[in-house]
Amino acid sequence: MDLNYSPEELAFRDEVRGWLQTNLPGDLREKVTNYQELSRDDLLGWHRILAKKGWIAPEWPVEWGGQNWTVVQRYIFEEECAYAGCPPLIPFGLKMCGPVLHRFGTPEQKQRFLPGIYNGDVFWCQGYSEPGSGSDLASLKTSAVRQGDYYIVNGQKIWTTWGHHADWIFCLVRTDQGAKKQEGISFLLFDMKTPGITVRPLILMDGAHEVNEVFFDDVRVPAENLVHRENDGWTVAKYLLGHERMGTGGIGGSKRELAKVKALATKELRNGKPLLDDPRFRDKVSRVEVELMALEITNLRFLDQLRGGRAPGAEVSLLKIKGTEIQQALTELLVEVMGPLTQPFRPIDAMEFDTSTAALLPRYFNYRKTTIYAGSNEIQRNIIAKATLGL
Amino acid sequence: MNFDYSEEQQLLANSVKQFIAKDYTFDARKEILDSAGGYSDRVWSTFAEMGLLGLPFASEYGGFGGNAVDLMPMMEAIGEGLIVEPYLATVGLGGQFIARGGTAAQKKALLPAIVEGKLKLAFAQNERNARYDLSHITTRAQKTESGYILEGEKCVVIHGPCVDKLVVSARTAGKDTASRGISLFLLDRNTPGVSLKTYRTVDNLRAADIRFSGVNVPADALVGKEGKALPLIEEVIDYATALLCCEAVGAIKFANEATLEYLKTRKQFGVPIGSFQALQHRMVDMMISYEQAKSMASLACVKVDSADVTERKRVISAAKVKIADACRHVSQESVQLHGGMGMTEELKVSHTFRRLTTIVQTFGDADHHLERFAACD
Repeated sequence: MDLNYSPEELAFRDEVRGWLQTNLPGDLREKVTNYQELSRDDLLGWHRILAKKGWIAPEWPVEWGGQNWTVVQRYIFEEECAYAGCPPLIPFGLKMCGPVLHRFGTPEQKQRFLPGIYNGDVFWCQGYSEPGSGSDLASLKTSAVRQGDYYIVNGQKIWTTWGHHADWIFCLVRTDQGAKKQEGISFLLFDMKTPGITVRPLILMDGAHEVNEVFFDDVRVPAENLVHRENDGWTVAKYLLGHERMGTGGIGGSKRELAKVKALATKELRNGKPLLDDPRFRDKVSRVEVELMALEITNLRFLDQLRGGRAPGAEVSLLKIKGTEIQQALTELLVEVMGPLTQPFRPIDAMEFDTSTAALLPRYFNYRKTTIYAGSNEIQRNIIAKATLGL
Repeated sequence: MNFDYSEEQQLLANSVKQFIAKDYTFDARKEILDSAGGYSDRVWSTFAEMGLLGLPFASEYGGFGGNAVDLMPMMEAIGEGLIVEPYLATVGLGGQFIARGGTAAQKKALLPAIVEGKLKLAFAQNERNARYDLSHITTRAQKTESGYILEGEKCVVIHGPCVDKLVVSARTAGKDTASRGISLFLLDRNTPGVSLKTYRTVDNLRAADIRFSGVNVPADALVGKEGKALPLIEEVIDYATALLCCEAVGAIKFANEATLEYLKTRKQFGVPIGSFQALQHRMVDMMISYEQAKSMASLACVKVDSADVTERKRVISAAKVKIADACRHVSQESVQLHGGMGMTEELKVSHTFRRLTTIVQTFGDADHHLERFAACD
């Protein structure tokens, strides 16, 4: 047992760290670390910098620009990016549609779509959830009826993150109304500019425009955009969900936020002394810090198991549960540090306005999503109960 | 980075596991608890034969020169099997004072005896009003021409009645809570003036409150430097804490396995109770507690011999906080999910509950270690 990185892994970490220091634009880092909303250009701008370096899709096959990194290298890279304050990567092409195409796409589909994903020329979004189909995804109702060389799509998707930025969407649609619910589903790609598509914003309680409803009204999708076999889309959907959950516990980002809690709580005073020295407050910080230490080791332990080539199982659900609980706890602590100063939201008169502090409560609001999205934490517990515990 | 046990460590883990499955069953353990001494000499000899008593000691004394990680399989087995023999007291505490602080003569005289199973030790440190403050020592050692006279009282000395010799912390100088002026002495449990009030603990170990009344010890009973023992005590307690964390992981593992088995076999309303989502999610959280505890116990063992004392204290305290939380969580849930049966003496899970409860307090509870953790920043 040796819990230190090898000299090669340390050298890799230093390489990544050094590269980020010179190549992450300062204005982007400022926006990220102060929780400002990122524009489409911000997101794609960072994507293209990484693509040019060749680091945008390390887990892809080498012939498509992948890096053949070990799981540990991938972990180091993700954590370094998060700690440095890089914008998030748009996952829908890189981590979802891309892997699906590598696995299930025809050679033509790969040639047509993968370069655009890799280079950041095409912004993708995901059409999975529907108003009546959240955790019970397979009950989805959006229909696609084959007419000649086209599918005619009708229905509605919801929680479509960055749908208002997107050029293309991948969708789960029902192609057989009579079959059992998992068996009549297909995986379709379509251009968001196709007539009949309406995107309606859903503004969240933090004021951010992040998610949307997307309506389909007789949308004509070329049949060649079907991925894998008709009515076998659930296989694709499950493969994609496995990849979606492959993300780590968000250790790097949480470390950065923890450092911020401590820095702010050293400046803020309680009874004339730094808030951080207040035992009641400090215990809360320490408990989160200990949880984070434990999660980091657990995360590395699971990665070490994957190094042997084993597919990840329900372990990733554990990382999601604990990782998001820690992330949420940190947003709460940041709010607690600044207290009522977090309540100003938007300036009305022209004035000096502390946007950084004003972002803390909205961020707390926004992060309530983390235990809901990507399979709610309750669904993750169901997965562990079934897959690991055999209940 | 590599989390695997080495081949030797894996072999050891397997042989200890086999020993417990065969020779340390719940019924066999019950017989040991009811015996006069409350532990088994036969088991102790077996430990010696298996080389378990020599794991951390240098090869020149017959040991294997192992680090804390090498002891992890044994400690986990102790937790799983609820082993009551004085292993941690002898190998993790008493023997460590000799190995780390003893003179060449003391090492030569004592360590081979420990390795061979001929010498058992316990550490007499706790005092009535000390809580977890290691420098709170009122027991006094008065220097004489030929040695020292010990005067004072120690409480809840785990395994005190089972062992041949005691390592006793006593004050040779300074006020009751001063960090300087603390010394360590090694003496026979039967030394005139040493009197024990012995009892069973709630988790079925033997322990004693020990009174020292005008106890004469020779000068060479001193272990380490006179008046400067506190850093050594902290170092050894941290080492024992790392090992205790592994014992907790083993006990938690057993509690989880027993509970999961119960969920799958106990039927109500015509179905296994494990089919109820309310119970499934609680079981999942127990499993998560186990994984997090295991991670921190591993980290503790890897870092406990770190040359950076602040780093060592920080990691050990973090581990103990996490372990204490996991002990409470899993022990309470395992009894709850077992229902009334979990409350009974008949089920091992209630014994594991008791052990996990005392581990929470041993070497400092979560509050104590949260404070120490924060102080390491």
